[in-house]
Amino acid sequence: MKRESLSEKHLSAEQRSEIDHWLAKFPGEGRRSAVIPALHIAQEGNGGWLSRELMDAVAEYLELPPVAVYEVGTFYSMFDLEPTGRHKVNICTNISCLLRGAERIVEHVENKLGISVGETTADGRITLKGEEECLAACVAAPMMLVDEEYHIDLTPEKVDEILDKLE
Amino acid sequence: MNARVDQSEPEMVTIKVDGVELQAPKGSMLIQATDPAGIDIPRFCYHRKLSIAANCRMCLVEVERAPKPLPACATPVAEGMKVWTRSKGALAAQRGVMEFLLINHPLDCPICDQGGECELQDLSMGFGRSLSRFTERKRVVKDEDLGPLVATEMTRCIHCTRCVRFLDEIAGQYELGGMYRGEHMEISTFSGQGVRSELSGNIIDLCPVGALTSKPFRFRARAWEMLSHPGIAPHDAIGSNLYIHQMQGTVKRVVPRDNEQINESWIADRDRFSYEGIYSADRLQRPLLRRGETWEEVEWQDALQATVTGLQRTVEEYGAEQLGAWVSPSATLEEMYLLGRLLRGLGSHNIDHRLRQADFRDDTTAPRFPYLGLPLADVERLDAALVIGSYTRWDLPLFNHRLRKAARAGGKVMFLNPRAFDWNFPLADEYIVSVRDFAVELALIVAALAEYKAVARPKRLDAWLAQRAPNDVHRRIAERLAQGERSGVFVGALVEAHPAGAELRALAALLAELSGSDYGVLSQGANSAGAWQVGAIPQRQPGQTGKPGLNLRQMTEEPRRGLILFNVEPEFDCWDSAAARQAVAAAEFVLVFSPYATEAMRAYADVILPMATFTETAGTFVNAEGLWQSFSGLTKPPGEGRPAWRILRVLGNRLGLDGFDYNAPNEIHSEIRELIGPSTPPTVPHWQPAGLEPVKLDGLLRVGAIGIYALDPLVRRAAALQRTVQADDALAYLAPQTAVRLGIEEGAQVRVCQRSQAIQLRAHLDPDLPVDTVWITAGLSATAALGPMIGQLTVERL
Repeated sequence: MKRESLSEKHLSAEQRSEIDHWLAKFPGEGRRSAVIPALHIAQEGNGGWLSRELMDAVAEYLELPPVAVYEVGTFYSMFDLEPTGRHKVNICTNISCLLRGAERIVEHVENKLGISVGETTADGRITLKGEEECLAACVAAPMMLVDEEYHIDLTPEKVDEILDKLE
Repeated sequence: MNARVDQSEPEMVTIKVDGVELQAPKGSMLIQATDPAGIDIPRFCYHRKLSIAANCRMCLVEVERAPKPLPACATPVAEGMKVWTRSKGALAAQRGVMEFLLINHPLDCPICDQGGECELQDLSMGFGRSLSRFTERKRVVKDEDLGPLVATEMTRCIHCTRCVRFLDEIAGQYELGGMYRGEHMEISTFSGQGVRSELSGNIIDLCPVGALTSKPFRFRARAWEMLSHPGIAPHDAIGSNLYIHQMQGTVKRVVPRDNEQINESWIADRDRFSYEGIYSADRLQRPLLRRGETWEEVEWQDALQATVTGLQRTVEEYGAEQLGAWVSPSATLEEMYLLGRLLRGLGSHNIDHRLRQADFRDDTTAPRFPYLGLPLADVERLDAALVIGSYTRWDLPLFNHRLRKAARAGGKVMFLNPRAFDWNFPLADEYIVSVRDFAVELALIVAALAEYKAVARPKRLDAWLAQRAPNDVHRRIAERLAQGERSGVFVGALVEAHPAGAELRALAALLAELSGSDYGVLSQGANSAGAWQVGAIPQRQPGQTGKPGLNLRQMTEEPRRGLILFNVEPEFDCWDSAAARQAVAAAEFVLVFSPYATEAMRAYADVILPMATFTETAGTFVNAEGLWQSFSGLTKPPGEGRPAWRILRVLGNRLGLDGFDYNAPNEIHSEIRELIGPSTPPTVPHWQPAGLEPVKLDGLLRVGAIGIYALDPLVRRAAALQRTVQADDALAYLAPQTAVRLGIEEGAQVRVCQRSQAIQLRAHLDPDLPVDTVWITAGLSATAALGPMIGQLTVERL
């Protein structure tokens, strides 16, 4: 009998080979550097969030202690540790965006979706993610990140248009 | 053997700190130069035994031509460097850091256990402001339950990450990490499963604030109320150096005392928390005497009289050879010596401390004492090591720590074990074979070694080879041992408990001799090395060749009429606890020296004498490397309890024996010293296979080492240790194939039977077990009823 392998249970063969691709770039002691790409791969395959078991599976696959993976998973805001909606909306509220009216955008989105920052719409369509820090698009503030796409020079009207298109 | 000369002479540079010229090795950090020079730079995250994190910033100093203050812990020294640690700029930087550290730190020093010994409190006296400028809300961090040993108050944490680095780098069990970030950062396991390392208590000492404190010690005393005394750990053959903190005669806690040669800055949880056992509810206050079926608390006079009568009657009626003594391997040198003299004075040589040994065939040829083979500090410099039959993490946590250091330095650490264990470092080889084949496998490694060295096979090796030829694993192990500039072969607790132990020891010594390795024994208890030298064995006594008496197994199989138990609980402490119980029950007169009185003792004993335990008696332990370490009695035993050397002295006099007029334990110590002479490492005998016939083991085998917290009467009574996950190991582990054959599934209740002794356990399937092996940890209350630690058994589903 083989021991039950968490990584085989939670990561598909395709995902594992994708992680291998990253591992190849960080040989030997560098394998901890593969944690971020591996977590992205795992999160994508899990509807946008990381369960503890999934992080354990990544740790097992990378042959790292689980804590080393938890540290990374909890550190970055692009990893979600609880189930999210189908789309993730991150509105920057750091200094440049703040000066250009980010607070108004947040308020508008909250009212439009009927949820507060950090919550998900009842239909599971959109998660309005918590306080987002600078995403390096200050030249065109205010801005937001929807899933993996940047949207700049936001106005309430423009936001409506973007959000309404989300399935 | 092959002492390695350190040829790297580091290049030294000269620096000037606060106007004082210092020499330091090039590339070392500033703080590593200032610390030995007695220049005090404040710090929280830096610790000389841990990697450099440089995240607390408290050690900022001014360096000439540097535009900003630099952290002394992470700034390498350079020739001609000028540094100011107390200049206006340096102090301003340090004060600034302190102000930031205190922003989120609660002002709860009056209710904090760290108060009075807190690095943050101390430094804030020097660098903090008396008034806070911070008017915003302080953050609050939810506490996490790290288990029964370490208490948390995570709001106090300043994120120095010493605990994180210790568990990763020293304990080899990365269980705590820095979760989340910025203001939300928390030191946590995230998984909530607690900290489980056997060295976990050290994070309490490392924590510079009151975030991690000792759970059993919590709110028991203030640092300044206690007196600190040096002591020696009483459980294993390491002999860790301790400080014992007591208040008004009560031990409040135990912490490590630095000794680079032995325990460095660490101690195992077993040594740190076992003091709770001193104050167990079953502690005996007064001598107990059996009156028919009832027990009576009596005066010492009456107890001693009954003891003398009982011993003398046994000798008169049945002869002195009907008297025997079983001694704890953790008794002091002085106690063992006096008990041996007392027994021999009465005419019996039947004394033994080898409670968990199975095979005594090599008694006459054995080395003078079980020796580690090399100084403990040299273990980390081994290029190759083979450990036979031990889960060193449980048996000798700090020996395991040295092995781990050897492995991390590139040494090849290999194990021959009957089971895969949960290791905290990568092994070069974990060779798992049934205990049935231990001797054959060792012989095959010897054969492979002979092939490799192109020498003839040692005579009679074929008797063990069973016509098998070495395979790649045998060759790999043999070659690594032979190639290592310094290598070691160690026999562990499962060799001691092996019915063919004498063969295994001989084969291991042969392997060591042929490969140029040190041969080491991982001995039991705190003082096996002492016991061998002072005559707590039947065949030898100090200063003269003893007459052969009966060893422990013989005394178990041929019960004596009169028996002395010296801090031994046969039902937990013996190789075959079932047979030991019967042997004790069969004796007509049983004298018990014990700090405790149990129901079991009341059933078999005739007299129970309350003796002093850990911290209560002066004495000496000889550790595995042969080092004699003496300690004084610090606290008084409760009630009428007495240090055992005093009880033995009085008994010796009352029995009319000569030379029992000691006034103090150091007189006994000097007498032993004189008899034994200088303490030198023993020589290991050459391969003498004559008289050793291979022992065959049949059927399904029970195999079990002693549980980490089941080792001796003291630790079995340490309440917090008994609540750890390690203590809870009462399972019958068996291979899936075996389970299928017996119709047992995971988690099923099974009836386990050794000879006529049956117990009920839950089955747990372990794919890394040999098919003929059922692992059942020994010494637990749920498993104590069973027979030999290695012996036949049957398992059936209930």
